Amino acid sequence: MAPEEITELLKKEFGEFIVGSKFDTAHPRVGVRADAWPEVARFLRDDSRTGFNMLRCVTALDLLEDDTLCAEYDLHAIRAPKSGAAPYELIHGICIEVSVPRNNPRIPSVADVWRAADWHEREAYDLMGIIFENHPDSMIGPNGKHPRRILCPDDWVGHPLRKDYLFPMEYHGIPAVTEMGQTRPVH
Amino acid sequence: MSWIENRFEEGLIITSLDWAINWGRRYSIWPMTFGLACCAIEMMAIGASRFDVDRFGAGAFRASPRQADLMIVAGTVTYKMASRVKRLYNQMPEPKYVMAMGACTIGGGPYFKNGYHVVKGVDLVVPVDIYVPGCPPRPETLIEGILRLQDMIKNQSLARDRWQGAKEKVLASTPTYA
Amino acid sequence: MADVVLEALPDINADLSAEMLADPQQDFPTEEMLVNMGPQHPATHGVLRVVLRTDGEMVLEAVPHLGYLHRCAEKIGETLAPYQYIPYTDRMDYLAGMNNNLAFAEACEKLSGLEAEISQRAKLIRIIFAELNRIASHLVAFGTYGLDLGAFTPFLYAFREREYILDLFESTCGARLTYSYITIGGVTDDLPDKFVDVTREFLDYFEPKVIEYNNLLTHNHIFVKRTANVGVITKKDAIDYALTGPVLRGSGIQWDLRKLPGSGYEDFDFEIPFGRGEKGAVGDCWDRYYVRICEMQESVKIIRQALDRLAGTEGQEVTHKKGKTLKLPADEIYHEIENPRGQLGFMIRGNGSVIPDRVKARGPSFCNLSVTERVCSGVLLGDMAAIIGSIDVVMGEVDR
Repeated sequence: MAPEEITELLKKEFGEFIVGSKFDTAHPRVGVRADAWPEVARFLRDDSRTGFNMLRCVTALDLLEDDTLCAEYDLHAIRAPKSGAAPYELIHGICIEVSVPRNNPRIPSVADVWRAADWHEREAYDLMGIIFENHPDSMIGPNGKHPRRILCPDDWVGHPLRKDYLFPMEYHGIPAVTEMGQTRPVH
Repeated sequence: MSWIENRFEEGLIITSLDWAINWGRRYSIWPMTFGLACCAIEMMAIGASRFDVDRFGAGAFRASPRQADLMIVAGTVTYKMASRVKRLYNQMPEPKYVMAMGACTIGGGPYFKNGYHVVKGVDLVVPVDIYVPGCPPRPETLIEGILRLQDMIKNQSLARDRWQGAKEKVLASTPTYA
Repeated sequence: MADVVLEALPDINADLSAEMLADPQQDFPTEEMLVNMGPQHPATHGVLRVVLRTDGEMVLEAVPHLGYLHRCAEKIGETLAPYQYIPYTDRMDYLAGMNNNLAFAEACEKLSGLEAEISQRAKLIRIIFAELNRIASHLVAFGTYGLDLGAFTPFLYAFREREYILDLFESTCGARLTYSYITIGGVTDDLPDKFVDVTREFLDYFEPKVIEYNNLLTHNHIFVKRTANVGVITKKDAIDYALTGPVLRGSGIQWDLRKLPGSGYEDFDFEIPFGRGEKGAVGDCWDRYYVRICEMQESVKIIRQALDRLAGTEGQEVTHKKGKTLKLPADEIYHEIENPRGQLGFMIRGNGSVIPDRVKARGPSFCNLSVTERVCSGVLLGDMAAIIGSIDVVMGEVDR
């Protein structure tokens, strides 16, 4: 199915939870409201018309001008060939966009729908600070429950890929320099 | 050889012994298998068929720091890794040497700017003896580094502390937080 | 037969008391232990750290910890022009720099519409180098896998052949490991003199070597015992965890992005090797390993065809002059290619200026590694090295 048809199908099934879609781009995508996302995800995976069984990538974006954070889920549906010898076929692909406000970025986790989402969501939390609720690998932080960090150390401050991220000038006693204008620390 | 260090003037008695011990040391440098990033592939290449670092007596890569003389820091050191580098260094027995291989370990390299998670030079963490530049250094460059290290070992003396009495100072200047 | 043997054995529970037998937890009163593996460990291929909960020799749970090589490549991507970012893609998957260059360059070209203006010769050169690098990368995987399992000789064999490929790269772009040769708008320079002949010579030399590898390691009895039926990944798991590359194909799923339309490989004749369970179950370590060996042979086929086609394209411009000053439109793209380790994807969001808003890399090793948590429960401690080695991770790409 083309992205347009998938969007029509989703609109028929979920109505007002489907918000906005972009097709005149190199990356056709459908917007889904955060609160309905696990339901939509389960539909996308299980329905025979969609059958998206492979979550390729989760990209977190910081849209500073819109004051939103956004997670994009790239999906593929592949299936075994009818005859035995041929390679697997690509049925179709789509991208789902889930936008959340920047001051309270919470998206329900879909790690139980696609296991691949587990680490991608941890990375998105670590680098962009989107909190994925009910993530299987969560921990309690000072601001409530959130997925465990994956790349940065657990005591890292801030979320580096946010546009307003302030670079650390020191970590556990090791000095850091981040701008060319600054000279190396004397040691 | 700490019992002998700084006890004698540099004299005739020690000279021949020095020569013999340094000869043994410099042709049996055992590096640690300590690959961090891209440079580790070139470090593997010097151990393999074409470059064969065994010719220089430095081919016995040890997996444990407790058996190693030389730590080749091959690749970018990050803040998360820094405490491990420090700990591995502390686990190595004296005499121990550190080689900073590649631009990242010398000063952050291509990740100097905007590399929020990259240590800007491994010498902020452990004292470094030899710097081998390149991104990554060619195997020939790394072998040259090992030859320079051998020269350094050649000039050591039992009667003289390698750190010239400043070991505590050198180690203190590198942050201890591991 | 098995029953007879079991009856002949003494009852292992004979000297256990009745209450110990009643509680199955006390059957084998061994102690659970947490074992830390890495980040400095010869079998973890870099700085992977795995925390193992063991009971005797069994691994009950394995939790990978990443980030020891997190080099902020995505943040740096937001501060540089795409042409300047090419060297950073080299350093992500440092065993396959050419393929990474290709993925990023293709993504930028598709986004800005430069794709149609790339000459045929540049496309063929790209394919030749991507496939040569695939061979070089799989050679390292083959060599170090032997090393993980205690066989040192395959490593020396693999690096002997790899040096020939690196010589070809060096004669073309001057670098051994981080090439930045494939750039936006084609490749940086045309091929050197006699490149075609030397490459053909290499291919003729290399093809019989694969048979040597098979005799040395693939069908080696000890090697098969260590890898067959170990670390089995089922088809369902493989798709659910979004595994790609030889790890996916080892599970019996014949899926390769190079066979899809638009990949540039449409009119090349090659097979997709996949795991058939020759030595054990489908999707075990041996299958994953053997897929790589077969892929090297397929790459040789592709390179031969590309070299033949190169003859008709003499004199075509291989570097597009717009590449260096490319402005990305206010749009985004997610583009994947088949890297030696799987599908390497780049998500680029432009904003109309030279510098993109967001660059995201989907490292194939990152996704492939996430399956360890599932595969490594209930295996023997000694099999950990076999499983991690068969997934063939490059930490530079996992952590980026």
